[in-house]
Amino acid sequence: MNADEKIAVAHLNVAFRKGADYVPVVHDITFTIGAGETLALVGESGSGKSVTSLAIMKLLAEAPKTRIDGSAIVADRHGAPIDLVAMGEQQMRHVRGNRVAMIFQEPLTSLNPVHRVGDQIAEAIRFHQSLSKADARARARALALLEQVGIPEPVKRLDCYPHELSGGMRQRVMIAIALAMEPDVLIADEPTTALDVTVQAQILDLLRNLQKKNGMAILFITHNFGVVAEIADRVMVMYAGRIVEQGSVSQVLSSPRMPYTRGLLAAVPRFEHAGLAQGELGTIAGFVPDPSTPPSGCAFHPRCGYSIAGRCDQQAPVLEEIEMGHQLRCVRWRELATEQEGAR
Amino acid sequence: MTTATHYLPASRRWAWLANPTLRRFMRHKLAVLGVVMITVLILACVFGPYLLHYNDLSIDIRNRFAPPFTGNHYLGTDALGRDTAARLLNAGRISLMVGFCAMLISIVIGTLIGVIAGYYRGWIGAGLMRFVDAFLSFPSVFLVLVLAAFTKPSPMVITLIIAVTSWMEISRIVEAEIRSLRERDFTLAARMIGASSRWIMFRELMPNAIGPIIVAATLTIANAILLEAYISFLGYGIQPPLPSWGNMLNAAQQYLGKAPWLAIIPGLAITLAVTSFNFIGDGLRDALDGRSDLK
Repeated sequence: MNADEKIAVAHLNVAFRKGADYVPVVHDITFTIGAGETLALVGESGSGKSVTSLAIMKLLAEAPKTRIDGSAIVADRHGAPIDLVAMGEQQMRHVRGNRVAMIFQEPLTSLNPVHRVGDQIAEAIRFHQSLSKADARARARALALLEQVGIPEPVKRLDCYPHELSGGMRQRVMIAIALAMEPDVLIADEPTTALDVTVQAQILDLLRNLQKKNGMAILFITHNFGVVAEIADRVMVMYAGRIVEQGSVSQVLSSPRMPYTRGLLAAVPRFEHAGLAQGELGTIAGFVPDPSTPPSGCAFHPRCGYSIAGRCDQQAPVLEEIEMGHQLRCVRWRELATEQEGAR
Repeated sequence: MTTATHYLPASRRWAWLANPTLRRFMRHKLAVLGVVMITVLILACVFGPYLLHYNDLSIDIRNRFAPPFTGNHYLGTDALGRDTAARLLNAGRISLMVGFCAMLISIVIGTLIGVIAGYYRGWIGAGLMRFVDAFLSFPSVFLVLVLAAFTKPSPMVITLIIAVTSWMEISRIVEAEIRSLRERDFTLAARMIGASSRWIMFRELMPNAIGPIIVAATLTIANAILLEAYISFLGYGIQPPLPSWGNMLNAAQQYLGKAPWLAIIPGLAITLAVTSFNFIGDGLRDALDGRSDLK
């Protein structure tokens, strides 16, 4: 792990037990995120995005039920590298919320309805700093955090119950909890999906500003390319548990090479939809394959408009670097690239 | 359970009167009546004996079977001339105390087992719940009688026996509740910030199950009072001369024709206490369930 990298995940594989066998659901994920950098992880439901993040946090069912290998290295408080994949539950408890924190999709249900907001933030601090419940420092820190995440009248809000706050405010509280111990890495699992568009923009702004201040690395999981363009530096597209394309936001969003990425981008509603009839949205026919019966060759070929019998269904593509920092997994990318050029 | 209320400043001390849970409870007339009855009963049992002219143990052979309202014997006297009012109230102390303590113990056992079984599921949860089923498969009255036959009855022993035979229902309720709560996002969120399993079980999940626990507690008191009366009536419970509602009934059955009030009075007390607690339990169940507003 380089000095400016906050997290380095290498060859991460996750398999779930099904009967006597293990069904692989995440294959060979490798990425690093540097200080102050945001990596977006994109893919449709069932593509393995959330499993990847939960595997890094070791929040999947334990050993005999799941099998995780590879490594996920972050730095501990003293800067020494630690491998999350190799850690036990007891040690992981000191990492979660401390070195790596996570926020979720549903701010409405992620806060405990019976505890005051201030107490929930203070708890996160107490777990890692062994302060007593009466210690005013935890409360003072909670107050500072609420201010930091832009909650108006933070003194009053400390004593609020979650149901007294709006969805956007609750997500801000979740962010405050996640930031309580100033983690190196923040995993944001679709944190804006449940919010309306204006609040969504505010939350993204907030995350960006906080990141600018404390230089944390963000792994941002989403299926919304609008959000990707807004917040991410780099994008990683996942399909059926594999990385199929990754690169900088401009590389992937303006010149997507992998047919799956193109399909996803065509499915984004826009005002002027080039090449499509008015009001018509691009879709990708079919479903994500069942991990226990993966298609032969390229996992995407049954749904791909460019697949050729005899090649795509037999030859498993590998991740190739097509230009500096832009990688993709497609056997036909050269031909498709020339086709694309020709069409222009 | 809650409606979207705006932020209430702490200075509004009376804000709880607007509490929807309380409002729903107040709407349940029988439950309110139950609270009033129980309050009166408890106050009478605690302070009543000091106001009466007679002690519950003082025997007055010349004044046997005095009917109610003879002299200062407001509820008459029993076969040994002891004041029925004094005995009733002192018996109430013991019966209510046994009921209350048995409830506390069974709530602790039931909740503990329910929370652990609901949280861990797997073989720990299954093992614990089969243990609960094993206990449930004995008819509790027989279990109580068997246990009582082997022990020297005292109020404490009776309390323990009742508690040991009435925690199972609570652990089933709690287990079901915790099992659904642990799938909620805040459980994952708590693990996310580094909470231990123990913390999640008892600080995050259990407070969310407090509603069903309170309801179960109320109904358990009613059952415990009834069970105590039952075993004392059969002679295995609280032993005379200590009075309990159950052994007063037992003593009265010989004189049912001659002095019917001796049976009617403790019988009424048991009925009142048990039905009141049941009404309160019903009221709490509706009050703690926000959906009942929609009806």
